Amino acid sequence: MDFLSLWVTLKLAIVTTIILLIIAAPLAYALAYLRFPGKSLFEALIYLPIALPPTVMGFYLIIAMGPHGFIGRAWGALTGGSLLFTFLGIAAASVLYSIPFAVQPMKAAFQKIDPRLLENASVLGLSRSAAFIRVVLPNSASGIVAAAILVFLHSIGAFGVLIMVGGSVPGVTKVASIAVYEAVEAMDYRTAGLMSLCFIPISYAFLLLVNRLNGDSKYGS
Amino acid sequence: MALDLRVRKRLHYFDMDLDLSCADGRMLVLIGPSGGGKTTLVRMLAGLSAPDEGRITFHGETWFDSDRGINVTPQKRRVGYVFQEFTLFPHLNLYENAAFAAVDKKEADQLLTLFGIGHLRRRKPHLVSGGERQRCALCQALARRPRMLLLDEPFSALDVGARRGLREELKSLKKVLDFPILYVTHDIGEALFLADEILPIVDGRIDREWIQRTIAREPATGNPARAAREPRLALAY
Repeated sequence: MDFLSLWVTLKLAIVTTIILLIIAAPLAYALAYLRFPGKSLFEALIYLPIALPPTVMGFYLIIAMGPHGFIGRAWGALTGGSLLFTFLGIAAASVLYSIPFAVQPMKAAFQKIDPRLLENASVLGLSRSAAFIRVVLPNSASGIVAAAILVFLHSIGAFGVLIMVGGSVPGVTKVASIAVYEAVEAMDYRTAGLMSLCFIPISYAFLLLVNRLNGDSKYGS
Repeated sequence: MALDLRVRKRLHYFDMDLDLSCADGRMLVLIGPSGGGKTTLVRMLAGLSAPDEGRITFHGETWFDSDRGINVTPQKRRVGYVFQEFTLFPHLNLYENAAFAAVDKKEADQLLTLFGIGHLRRRKPHLVSGGERQRCALCQALARRPRMLLLDEPFSALDVGARRGLREELKSLKKVLDFPILYVTHDIGEALFLADEILPIVDGRIDREWIQRTIAREPATGNPARAAREPRLALAY
Protein backbone atom coordinates (compact mmCIF):
# COMPACT_ATOMS: atom_id res chain seq x y z
CA MET A 1 0.00 0.00 0.00
CA ASP A 2 1.48 3.35 -1.09
CA PHE A 3 0.31 5.72 1.65
CA LEU A 4 2.56 8.51 0.40
CA SER A 5 0.73 8.68 -2.94
CA LEU A 6 -2.60 8.61 -1.10
CA TRP A 7 -1.43 11.59 0.93
CA VAL A 8 -0.34 13.49 -2.22
CA THR A 9 -3.74 12.71 -3.77
CA LEU A 10 -5.59 14.02 -0.73
CA LYS A 11 -3.41 17.14 -0.56
CA LEU A 12 -3.92 17.80 -4.27
CA ALA A 13 -7.70 17.35 -4.04
CA ILE A 14 -7.94 19.71 -1.06
CA VAL A 15 -5.75 22.40 -2.67
CA THR A 16 -7.63 22.14 -5.99
CA THR A 17 -11.01 22.36 -4.26
CA ILE A 18 -10.05 25.42 -2.21
CA ILE A 19 -8.54 27.27 -5.19
CA LEU A 20 -11.46 26.44 -7.45
CA LEU A 21 -14.08 27.52 -4.93
CA ILE A 22 -12.43 30.93 -4.88
CA ILE A 23 -11.85 31.21 -8.64
CA ALA A 24 -15.04 29.58 -9.90
CA ALA A 25 -17.55 31.59 -7.86
CA PRO A 26 -17.00 34.93 -9.67
CA LEU A 27 -16.69 33.12 -13.02
CA ALA A 28 -20.00 31.34 -12.45
CA TYR A 29 -21.59 34.62 -11.35
CA ALA A 30 -20.42 36.34 -14.53
CA LEU A 31 -21.77 33.50 -16.67
CA ALA A 32 -25.07 33.42 -14.76
CA TYR A 33 -25.84 37.14 -14.63
CA LEU A 34 -23.63 39.31 -16.81
CA ARG A 35 -23.84 40.03 -20.49
CA PHE A 36 -20.57 40.67 -22.25
CA PRO A 37 -19.25 40.21 -25.77
CA GLY A 38 -17.85 36.77 -26.46
CA LYS A 39 -19.65 35.23 -23.48
CA SER A 40 -20.51 31.98 -25.26
CA LEU A 41 -16.91 31.64 -26.50
CA PHE A 42 -15.63 32.21 -22.99
CA GLU A 43 -18.07 29.70 -21.53
CA ALA A 44 -17.09 27.07 -24.10
CA LEU A 45 -13.43 27.67 -23.24
CA ILE A 46 -14.15 27.06 -19.55
CA TYR A 47 -15.94 23.79 -20.34
CA LEU A 48 -13.24 22.67 -22.82
CA PRO A 49 -11.43 20.37 -20.31
CA ILE A 50 -14.52 18.13 -20.26
CA ALA A 51 -14.26 17.57 -24.02
CA LEU A 52 -10.48 17.32 -24.35
CA PRO A 53 -8.58 14.06 -23.77
CA PRO A 54 -6.59 14.61 -20.54
CA THR A 55 -3.33 13.78 -22.29
CA VAL A 56 -4.00 16.45 -24.92
CA MET A 57 -4.60 18.98 -22.19
CA GLY A 58 -1.49 17.73 -20.42
CA PHE A 59 0.51 18.17 -23.60
CA TYR A 60 -0.49 21.81 -23.98
CA LEU A 61 0.22 22.40 -20.30
CA ILE A 62 3.73 20.94 -20.75
CA ILE A 63 4.25 23.37 -23.60
CA ALA A 64 2.90 26.32 -21.60
CA MET A 65 4.70 25.43 -18.36
CA GLY A 66 7.94 24.36 -20.01
CA PRO A 67 11.04 26.59 -20.05
CA HIS A 68 9.96 28.14 -23.38
CA GLY A 69 6.25 28.42 -22.60
CA PHE A 70 4.70 31.71 -21.46
CA ILE A 71 3.76 30.38 -18.01
CA GLY A 72 7.08 28.57 -17.55
CA ARG A 73 9.12 31.63 -18.55
CA ALA A 74 7.15 33.93 -16.25
CA TRP A 75 7.41 31.45 -13.38
CA GLY A 76 11.14 30.98 -14.01
CA ALA A 77 11.73 34.74 -14.03
CA LEU A 78 9.81 35.07 -10.79
CA THR A 79 11.15 32.13 -8.80
CA GLY A 80 14.07 30.74 -10.78
CA GLY A 81 12.42 27.30 -10.76
CA SER A 82 10.20 25.18 -12.97
CA LEU A 83 6.56 24.21 -12.62
CA LEU A 84 6.94 20.87 -14.37
CA PHE A 85 7.36 17.85 -12.08
CA THR A 86 6.43 19.88 -9.00
CA PHE A 87 3.38 19.75 -6.74
CA LEU A 88 2.53 23.33 -7.71
CA GLY A 89 2.58 22.30 -11.36
CA ILE A 90 0.16 19.41 -10.88
CA ALA A 91 -2.02 21.64 -8.66
CA ALA A 92 -2.27 24.21 -11.49
CA ALA A 93 -3.03 21.43 -13.98
CA SER A 94 -5.64 19.96 -11.65
CA VAL A 95 -7.32 23.34 -11.22
CA LEU A 96 -7.57 23.87 -14.98
CA TYR A 97 -8.69 20.29 -15.53
CA SER A 98 -11.47 20.50 -12.92
CA ILE A 99 -12.69 24.03 -13.57
CA PRO A 100 -15.87 22.98 -15.44
CA PHE A 101 -16.91 20.82 -12.50
CA ALA A 102 -16.82 23.85 -10.23
CA VAL A 103 -18.31 26.44 -12.56
CA GLN A 104 -21.24 24.45 -13.90
CA PRO A 105 -23.00 23.56 -10.59
CA MET A 106 -22.33 27.02 -9.18
CA LYS A 107 -23.75 28.70 -12.27
CA ALA A 108 -26.84 26.47 -12.07
CA ALA A 109 -27.27 27.33 -8.38
CA PHE A 110 -26.87 31.07 -9.01
CA GLN A 111 -29.41 30.95 -11.83
CA LYS A 112 -31.97 29.36 -9.52
CA ILE A 113 -32.04 32.46 -7.35
CA ASP A 114 -35.13 34.56 -7.91
CA PRO A 115 -33.94 37.70 -9.76
CA ARG A 116 -36.41 39.75 -7.70
CA LEU A 117 -34.26 39.05 -4.63
CA LEU A 118 -31.35 40.72 -6.40
CA GLU A 119 -33.56 43.63 -7.44
CA ASN A 120 -34.66 44.01 -3.84
CA ALA A 121 -31.03 43.94 -2.74
CA SER A 122 -30.12 46.71 -5.20
CA VAL A 123 -33.09 48.85 -4.09
CA LEU A 124 -31.91 48.30 -0.51
CA GLY A 125 -28.58 49.82 -1.49
CA LEU A 126 -26.36 46.79 -2.06
CA SER A 127 -23.76 46.93 -4.79
CA ARG A 128 -23.47 43.98 -7.17
CA SER A 129 -20.53 42.53 -5.24
CA ALA A 130 -22.23 43.02 -1.86
CA ALA A 131 -25.39 41.34 -3.19
CA PHE A 132 -23.22 38.46 -4.39
CA ILE A 133 -21.78 37.97 -0.92
CA ARG A 134 -24.91 38.69 1.13
CA VAL A 135 -27.63 37.22 -1.09
CA VAL A 136 -26.29 35.00 -3.87
CA LEU A 137 -23.73 32.94 -1.95
CA PRO A 138 -25.88 32.11 1.09
CA ASN A 139 -28.77 31.06 -1.16
CA SER A 140 -26.54 28.85 -3.32
CA ALA A 141 -24.98 26.83 -0.53
CA SER A 142 -26.09 23.45 -1.88
CA GLY A 143 -24.72 24.24 -5.36
CA ILE A 144 -21.41 25.39 -3.90
CA VAL A 145 -21.06 22.27 -1.75
CA ALA A 146 -21.97 20.12 -4.78
CA ALA A 147 -19.28 21.92 -6.79
CA ALA A 148 -16.72 21.35 -4.04
CA ILE A 149 -17.52 17.63 -3.86
CA LEU A 150 -17.41 17.17 -7.63
CA VAL A 151 -14.07 18.98 -7.87
CA PHE A 152 -12.69 16.94 -4.98
CA LEU A 153 -13.73 13.66 -6.61
CA HIS A 154 -12.54 14.72 -10.02
CA SER A 155 -9.14 15.67 -8.58
CA ILE A 156 -8.84 12.36 -6.78
CA GLY A 157 -9.45 10.51 -10.04
CA ALA A 158 -7.20 12.63 -12.29
CA PHE A 159 -4.50 10.69 -14.10
CA GLY A 160 -3.61 11.64 -17.67
CA VAL A 161 -3.11 15.34 -17.17
CA LEU A 162 -1.12 14.82 -13.97
CA ILE A 163 1.28 12.22 -15.34
CA MET A 164 1.97 14.50 -18.30
CA VAL A 165 2.70 17.57 -16.20
CA GLY A 166 4.12 16.01 -13.04
CA GLY A 167 5.42 12.61 -13.98
CA SER A 168 5.69 10.27 -11.01
CA VAL A 169 7.91 11.79 -8.34
CA PRO A 170 7.21 9.91 -5.07
CA GLY A 171 5.87 12.20 -2.36
CA VAL A 172 5.65 15.12 -4.78
CA THR A 173 3.63 14.35 -7.90
CA LYS A 174 2.91 10.65 -7.65
CA VAL A 175 -0.80 10.47 -6.87
CA ALA A 176 -2.79 7.33 -6.07
CA SER A 177 -4.13 6.85 -9.61
CA ILE A 178 -0.54 6.83 -10.91
CA ALA A 179 0.51 4.46 -8.12
CA VAL A 180 -2.28 2.04 -9.14
CA TYR A 181 -1.15 2.24 -12.77
CA GLU A 182 2.48 1.58 -11.81
CA ALA A 183 1.51 -1.29 -9.51
CA VAL A 184 -0.41 -2.95 -12.34
CA GLU A 185 2.53 -2.40 -14.69
CA ALA A 186 4.76 -4.10 -12.11
CA MET A 187 2.21 -6.96 -11.84
CA ASP A 188 1.69 -6.08 -8.17
CA TYR A 189 -2.08 -6.69 -8.24
CA ARG A 190 -2.40 -6.84 -4.46
CA THR A 191 -1.22 -3.23 -4.00
CA ALA A 192 -3.23 -2.10 -7.03
CA GLY A 193 -6.33 -3.82 -5.63
CA LEU A 194 -5.96 -2.37 -2.15
CA MET A 195 -5.41 1.16 -3.44
CA SER A 196 -8.28 0.88 -5.91
CA LEU A 197 -10.52 -0.29 -3.10
CA CYS A 198 -9.85 2.98 -1.24
CA PHE A 199 -11.45 4.97 -4.07
CA ILE A 200 -14.78 3.18 -4.29
CA PRO A 201 -16.36 3.92 -0.86
CA ILE A 202 -15.04 7.50 -0.84
CA SER A 203 -16.29 8.27 -4.34
CA TYR A 204 -19.62 6.56 -3.77
CA ALA A 205 -20.27 8.32 -0.47
CA PHE A 206 -19.48 11.72 -1.94
CA LEU A 207 -21.68 11.13 -4.98
CA LEU A 208 -24.54 10.13 -2.70
CA LEU A 209 -24.02 13.41 -0.88
CA VAL A 210 -24.15 15.37 -4.17
CA ASN A 211 -27.40 13.63 -5.11
CA ARG A 212 -28.81 14.40 -1.69
CA LEU A 213 -27.88 18.06 -2.02
CA ASN A 214 -29.43 18.30 -5.48
CA GLY A 215 -32.59 16.68 -4.18
CA ASP A 216 -32.73 19.03 -1.20
CA SER A 217 -32.31 22.12 -3.34
CA LYS A 218 -35.04 20.89 -5.71
CA TYR A 219 -37.58 20.53 -2.94
CA GLY A 220 -36.37 23.60 -1.09
CA SER A 221 -36.95 25.98 -4.00
CA MET B 1 -43.73 68.84 -5.62
CA ALA B 2 -41.37 66.31 -4.06
CA LEU B 3 -41.60 64.00 -7.04
CA ASP B 4 -42.01 65.11 -10.62
CA LEU B 5 -41.82 62.90 -13.61
CA ARG B 6 -42.48 62.94 -17.29
CA VAL B 7 -41.60 59.69 -18.98
CA ARG B 8 -42.10 57.90 -22.26
CA LYS B 9 -41.34 54.28 -22.97
CA ARG B 10 -42.20 52.00 -25.83
CA LEU B 11 -43.73 48.87 -24.35
CA HIS B 12 -44.86 45.68 -25.99
CA TYR B 13 -48.52 46.60 -26.59
CA PHE B 14 -48.55 50.38 -26.21
CA ASP B 15 -46.41 53.46 -25.72
CA MET B 16 -46.26 54.72 -22.17
CA ASP B 17 -46.55 58.49 -21.82
CA LEU B 18 -46.97 59.72 -18.26
CA ASP B 19 -46.66 63.02 -16.46
CA LEU B 20 -47.27 63.10 -12.71
CA SER B 21 -46.23 64.61 -9.39
CA CYS B 22 -46.55 63.70 -5.74
CA ALA B 23 -46.02 65.81 -2.63
CA ASP B 24 -44.40 64.78 0.65
CA GLY B 25 -46.72 62.98 3.05
CA ARG B 26 -49.22 62.17 0.30
CA MET B 27 -50.26 58.78 -0.95
CA LEU B 28 -50.77 58.60 -4.68
CA VAL B 29 -52.59 55.45 -5.69
CA LEU B 30 -51.95 54.23 -9.21
CA ILE B 31 -54.91 52.18 -10.31
CA GLY B 32 -55.95 50.52 -13.51
CA PRO B 33 -56.25 47.20 -15.26
CA SER B 34 -53.39 44.71 -15.14
CA GLY B 35 -50.73 45.26 -17.77
CA GLY B 36 -51.44 48.98 -17.99
CA GLY B 37 -47.94 50.10 -17.05
CA LYS B 38 -48.28 50.72 -13.30
CA THR B 39 -45.52 48.34 -12.26
CA THR B 40 -43.30 49.59 -15.09
CA LEU B 41 -43.69 53.11 -13.75
CA VAL B 42 -42.82 52.06 -10.19
CA ARG B 43 -39.78 50.16 -11.45
CA MET B 44 -38.65 53.31 -13.28
CA LEU B 45 -38.93 55.26 -10.04
CA ALA B 46 -36.88 52.63 -8.20
CA GLY B 47 -34.25 52.70 -10.94
CA LEU B 48 -34.84 49.07 -11.92
CA SER B 49 -35.97 50.06 -15.40
CA ALA B 50 -35.22 53.14 -17.50
CA PRO B 51 -37.64 55.19 -19.60
CA ASP B 52 -36.80 55.69 -23.27
CA GLU B 53 -37.03 59.41 -22.74
CA GLY B 54 -38.12 61.89 -20.11
CA ARG B 55 -37.09 63.22 -16.75
CA ILE B 56 -37.56 62.16 -13.15
CA THR B 57 -36.68 64.57 -10.36
CA PHE B 58 -36.99 64.19 -6.63
CA HIS B 59 -36.71 67.29 -4.44
CA GLY B 60 -34.79 68.97 -7.25
CA GLU B 61 -32.37 66.07 -7.58
CA THR B 62 -32.36 64.54 -11.07
CA TRP B 63 -32.75 60.77 -10.99
CA PHE B 64 -33.25 60.36 -14.70
CA ASP B 65 -32.80 62.69 -17.63
CA SER B 66 -32.58 61.23 -21.11
CA ASP B 67 -31.31 64.52 -22.59
CA ARG B 68 -28.40 64.75 -20.13
CA GLY B 69 -27.75 61.00 -20.00
CA ILE B 70 -28.45 60.81 -16.25
CA ASN B 71 -29.75 57.60 -14.69
CA VAL B 72 -29.11 57.34 -10.96
CA THR B 73 -28.71 53.73 -9.79
CA PRO B 74 -31.31 52.11 -7.49
CA GLN B 75 -28.68 52.01 -4.71
CA LYS B 76 -28.39 55.81 -4.70
CA ARG B 77 -32.09 56.69 -4.94
CA ARG B 78 -32.84 55.38 -1.43
CA VAL B 79 -36.45 54.44 -2.00
CA GLY B 80 -38.38 51.81 -0.10
CA TYR B 81 -39.94 49.25 -2.40
CA VAL B 82 -42.38 46.54 -1.37
CA PHE B 83 -42.86 44.14 -4.25
CA GLN B 84 -46.04 42.31 -5.15
CA GLU B 85 -44.34 38.97 -4.72
CA PHE B 86 -42.56 37.91 -1.58
CA THR B 87 -38.97 39.12 -1.83
CA LEU B 88 -37.69 38.57 1.68
CA PHE B 89 -34.30 36.88 1.74
CA PRO B 90 -35.04 33.22 2.52
CA HIS B 91 -31.76 32.55 4.36
CA LEU B 92 -32.42 35.28 6.93
CA ASN B 93 -34.97 35.42 9.74
CA LEU B 94 -37.53 38.22 9.96
CA TYR B 95 -35.34 40.41 12.14
CA GLU B 96 -32.32 39.99 9.87
CA ASN B 97 -34.52 40.78 6.89
CA ALA B 98 -35.94 43.90 8.50
CA ALA B 99 -32.47 45.02 9.58
CA PHE B 100 -30.89 44.11 6.22
CA ALA B 101 -30.37 47.71 5.16
CA ALA B 102 -31.43 49.44 8.37
CA VAL B 103 -29.79 52.71 9.29
CA ASP B 104 -30.26 51.79 12.95
CA LYS B 105 -30.77 48.10 13.80
CA LYS B 106 -32.90 49.02 16.82
CA GLU B 107 -35.39 50.66 14.49
CA ALA B 108 -35.84 47.37 12.65
CA ASP B 109 -36.77 45.74 15.94
CA GLN B 110 -39.17 48.56 16.79
CA LEU B 111 -40.82 48.32 13.37
CA LEU B 112 -41.32 44.56 13.75
CA THR B 113 -43.06 45.23 17.07
CA LEU B 114 -45.10 48.07 15.57
CA PHE B 115 -46.35 45.76 12.82
CA GLY B 116 -47.20 43.04 15.35
CA ILE B 117 -44.58 40.52 14.28
CA GLY B 118 -41.96 41.16 16.96
CA HIS B 119 -42.60 37.73 18.45
CA LEU B 120 -41.71 36.13 15.08
CA ARG B 121 -38.37 37.87 14.73
CA ARG B 122 -36.36 34.63 14.82
CA ARG B 123 -38.54 32.81 12.26
CA LYS B 124 -37.50 32.33 8.65
CA PRO B 125 -39.87 33.79 6.01
CA HIS B 126 -41.18 30.40 4.88
CA LEU B 127 -42.37 29.70 8.42
CA VAL B 128 -44.72 32.69 8.65
CA SER B 129 -47.90 33.63 6.79
CA GLY B 130 -48.03 35.77 3.64
CA GLY B 131 -49.39 38.72 5.63
CA GLU B 132 -46.56 38.46 8.15
CA ARG B 133 -44.04 38.31 5.32
CA GLN B 134 -45.42 41.48 3.73
CA ARG B 135 -45.42 43.21 7.12
CA CYS B 136 -41.75 42.31 7.37
CA ALA B 137 -41.16 43.58 3.83
CA LEU B 138 -42.66 46.91 4.91
CA CYS B 139 -40.36 46.95 7.95
CA GLN B 140 -37.39 46.20 5.68
CA ALA B 141 -38.29 49.07 3.36
CA LEU B 142 -38.95 51.54 6.19
CA ALA B 143 -35.87 50.62 8.24
CA ARG B 144 -33.74 52.00 5.44
CA ARG B 145 -35.30 55.42 6.16
CA PRO B 146 -36.42 55.82 2.55
CA ARG B 147 -37.05 59.15 0.85
CA MET B 148 -40.06 57.69 -0.96
CA LEU B 149 -42.10 54.52 -0.53
CA LEU B 150 -43.19 52.41 -3.50
CA LEU B 151 -45.80 49.75 -2.82
CA ASP B 152 -46.55 47.56 -5.81
CA GLU B 153 -49.73 45.62 -5.02
CA PRO B 154 -48.11 44.55 -1.76
CA PHE B 155 -51.21 42.82 -0.42
CA SER B 156 -52.58 41.26 -3.59
CA ALA B 157 -51.35 37.77 -2.75
CA LEU B 158 -52.99 37.81 0.68
CA ASP B 159 -56.39 36.59 1.84
CA VAL B 160 -59.16 39.12 2.47
CA GLY B 161 -58.68 39.24 6.25
CA ALA B 162 -54.95 39.83 6.06
CA ARG B 163 -55.41 42.49 3.38
CA ARG B 164 -57.94 44.37 5.45
CA GLY B 165 -55.68 44.36 8.52
CA LEU B 166 -52.66 45.52 6.57
CA ARG B 167 -54.60 48.27 4.79
CA GLU B 168 -55.67 49.67 8.13
CA GLU B 169 -52.13 49.49 9.51
CA LEU B 170 -50.81 51.21 6.42
CA LYS B 171 -53.42 53.96 6.68
CA SER B 172 -52.42 54.64 10.29
CA LEU B 173 -48.74 54.55 9.39
CA LYS B 174 -49.25 56.97 6.52
CA LYS B 175 -50.14 59.73 8.97
CA VAL B 176 -46.60 59.75 10.40
CA LEU B 177 -44.68 59.35 7.15
CA ASP B 178 -43.46 62.60 5.66
CA PHE B 179 -42.42 61.39 2.23
CA PRO B 180 -44.36 60.54 -0.94
CA ILE B 181 -45.96 57.11 -1.13
CA LEU B 182 -46.94 55.54 -4.42
CA TYR B 183 -49.29 52.62 -4.09
CA VAL B 184 -50.18 50.36 -7.00
CA THR B 185 -53.42 48.43 -6.99
CA HIS B 186 -56.21 47.32 -9.29
CA ASP B 187 -58.68 47.28 -6.41
CA ILE B 188 -60.90 50.37 -6.39
CA GLY B 189 -62.00 49.76 -2.78
CA GLU B 190 -58.39 49.68 -1.63
CA ALA B 191 -57.64 52.84 -3.59
CA LEU B 192 -60.60 54.72 -2.11
CA PHE B 193 -59.66 53.62 1.39
CA LEU B 194 -55.99 54.57 1.22
CA ALA B 195 -55.47 57.32 -1.31
CA ASP B 196 -54.96 61.03 -1.01
CA GLU B 197 -55.11 61.04 -4.78
CA ILE B 198 -56.06 58.34 -7.25
CA LEU B 199 -54.48 58.21 -10.67
CA PRO B 200 -55.94 55.68 -13.11
CA ILE B 201 -53.40 54.40 -15.63
CA VAL B 202 -54.68 52.59 -18.69
CA ASP B 203 -52.40 51.45 -21.51
CA GLY B 204 -49.57 53.64 -20.28
CA ARG B 205 -51.57 56.88 -20.04
CA ILE B 206 -53.56 58.67 -17.36
CA ASP B 207 -57.25 57.98 -17.92
CA ARG B 208 -59.26 59.85 -15.28
CA GLU B 209 -62.59 58.44 -16.47
CA TRP B 210 -61.51 54.82 -16.02
CA ILE B 211 -62.99 54.45 -12.51
CA GLN B 212 -66.40 55.86 -13.47
CA ARG B 213 -66.48 53.72 -16.59
CA THR B 214 -65.58 50.61 -14.61
CA ILE B 215 -68.15 51.24 -11.91
CA ALA B 216 -70.88 52.14 -14.38
CA ARG B 217 -70.26 49.02 -16.41
CA GLU B 218 -70.26 46.56 -13.55
CA PRO B 219 -71.82 47.87 -10.34
CA ALA B 220 -70.67 45.64 -7.53
CA THR B 221 -73.17 46.69 -4.89
CA GLY B 222 -76.23 44.51 -4.67
CA ASN B 223 -74.40 41.44 -5.88
CA PRO B 224 -71.95 40.31 -3.20
CA ALA B 225 -71.14 37.07 -5.02
CA ARG B 226 -70.02 38.99 -8.06
CA ALA B 227 -68.08 41.43 -5.88
CA ALA B 228 -66.24 38.52 -4.33
CA ARG B 229 -65.25 37.27 -7.76
CA GLU B 230 -64.24 40.74 -8.87
CA PRO B 231 -62.23 42.18 -6.00
CA ARG B 232 -61.55 45.39 -7.92
CA LEU B 233 -65.23 46.20 -7.58
CA ALA B 234 -65.49 45.55 -3.86
CA LEU B 235 -66.59 49.09 -3.07
CA ALA B 236 -68.56 48.05 -0.02
CA TYR B 237 -65.33 48.19 2.03
